[in-house]
Amino acid sequence: MSLIDTQIADPDLLDAGSASPRGSARRRRAVEHDAGEMAGRRGGSKWVVIIGLVAFALYSIGPAWWLIVSATKSKQDLFTTSGLWFSHFNLFENLASLFSYQNGIFSLWLWNSTVYAVLGSLGQTFVALAAGYGLAMYRFKGRGATVAFIIASFLIPSTLLTIPSYLLYVQLGIYNTIWAMIVPAFFSPFAVYLAKVYTEGAMPSELMEAARIDGAGEYRIFFRIGLRLLTTAGATIFLLHFVGSWNGFFGPLVFLRDSDKWPVMLGLYSWLQRGVDSTVDLTSLVITGSLVATIPMVLLMIAMQRYWKSGVTMGSLK
Amino acid sequence: MSSATKTSEAGPARSATRSTPLPSAGRRPRRRMSWRHVQSLKGASFTWPFVAGFAVFTVLPVLLGLGQSFFTVKSSGLGFSAAQTSFTGFDNFVRALGDETFWASMIRVAIYAAVMVPVTMMVSLTMALLLDAVRRRVANRFRLLLLIPYMIPGIVATMIWLYLYSPNVGPIRPVLALVGLDVNFFAGNMVWVGIGNLVVWGTIGFNMLILYGSLQAVPRDVFEAARVDGASEVRIAFSIKVPYVRGTLVLTGLLSIIGTLQIFAEPTLFRTVSPETITKDFTPTMVIYNQAFQVGNLNYAAALSIILALVVGIASAVIYRLANRVDK
Repeated sequence: MSLIDTQIADPDLLDAGSASPRGSARRRRAVEHDAGEMAGRRGGSKWVVIIGLVAFALYSIGPAWWLIVSATKSKQDLFTTSGLWFSHFNLFENLASLFSYQNGIFSLWLWNSTVYAVLGSLGQTFVALAAGYGLAMYRFKGRGATVAFIIASFLIPSTLLTIPSYLLYVQLGIYNTIWAMIVPAFFSPFAVYLAKVYTEGAMPSELMEAARIDGAGEYRIFFRIGLRLLTTAGATIFLLHFVGSWNGFFGPLVFLRDSDKWPVMLGLYSWLQRGVDSTVDLTSLVITGSLVATIPMVLLMIAMQRYWKSGVTMGSLK
Repeated sequence: MSSATKTSEAGPARSATRSTPLPSAGRRPRRRMSWRHVQSLKGASFTWPFVAGFAVFTVLPVLLGLGQSFFTVKSSGLGFSAAQTSFTGFDNFVRALGDETFWASMIRVAIYAAVMVPVTMMVSLTMALLLDAVRRRVANRFRLLLLIPYMIPGIVATMIWLYLYSPNVGPIRPVLALVGLDVNFFAGNMVWVGIGNLVVWGTIGFNMLILYGSLQAVPRDVFEAARVDGASEVRIAFSIKVPYVRGTLVLTGLLSIIGTLQIFAEPTLFRTVSPETITKDFTPTMVIYNQAFQVGNLNYAAALSIILALVVGIASAVIYRLANRVDK
């Protein structure tokens, strides 16, 4: 239900979904005509709107611009020149010192972040698609209870789980191992909910009946037909967890002790802490490291806008 | 639907899963039931991996936390003998209710949330209304720019603003000094302004996206009708668009309240710069983290977590009720 709303609300999806290119163009023109008429009628208020949007855009981009500019500066220029424009271009030297500091521990952190994000997302996507598919396509004992538990768990604040999870991980022997970052991530109630709603919209039960008549077993139907129809849902779940895992801070802080297991965000935090504590000035490394750790996320999210936008919108409408 | 095909298909599977022999009486209806049974069992099995993991990593910790909060670890004497864990009932909760540092942090964050959440919602709503007022092609371009902060990891965003505020490398204080203002973002109440600004910066894009999405779903002919009746664009925005997205506003507001009451990362990073203003007990989650991993009193930390969860739950319920009452 909410998925359908989202798709209609999203112009990209609307264009992609329409059958003929001519129809799409006509619809777009109609929309612009409508908006243009509205904007044209009130020339004064149009400029207020544009100025407001430009102001918001500058506010949004400004700090990102500062990060890019500062990452290209040497330590001296960082403190002496204005933060908003380039000075002597020192990016490659900064990158060299970033990746060589402490025997290149920064590349290890990047690697850890990647491993946690990729494995955690793969597991979560598969577990969630299977569970969501099962909940959407079958009626069985305990189904209602499972859905109720999933929805109830949305209300549990993450802080409530942290302390007992720490005790549990110690008991299970996964505290301070990479598994603490990967295995618990497989079981996300929200991802299952997403998968369930997507399946209800994407998988017609007639198709299942047809496959059964052709002699396909239940598991075969899921692997050969279900998974293919749920690619979009899978990509959304994968992406949302990938980004969440990459940006995670509280979890790794509590569940990982050794610096060689840290993800990149925790590593940067440790440098920020040290850079203020001691005589070593790590400011330049933290800034360059932040930029390096951010670029993959921004590129990934721009490239896969279609997926996370629908996921985010649905998440808020749950 | 040919039920004969299905019965023969499900036949071997049934005999494989059922080991007990069926009574001969009433065989035909039972056979059909058991085919259904096998199918729904297979359907249920899709959810088993999740259910098992959910039980271990969500349900079990909740129960464990509840259990932990009723115990207290006492290290006897000089710590030569092993520490004793004893059942102390509600002692941890009684202590928590009288814990001034914890409640001071709670009040601090509650005031912050009371200011921040409405501000965030208003700014996001303004942004969404502005986007909704321009042509779709222009809106799409701006939308991407406005979403840039959402794409930047929260820790990186906090670090960027820490540096922007800093007197050494930041460009903000020289600019403010030109106007004759000397603002220290790391002292006193200005810390909250500083944190608030960076949180607004990081979250308005996300909220704007959701609000813009529901604005786009408002049928356009409603606006046309209002325009024919001579309503101004501002009037349309406040009398038609805002009421239309009220439900979305309440939900996004609730999400931000739940997040804000548990704020941890931002003040923790600010603490590296000004530990004298941002104490180790600055927010409830920081108190819990400190009790658990610096003091080492996990039982007490578990009790505090439960109280925080209750406060978050009550706050959400009250706000949800209030918002719905206003609706009527």
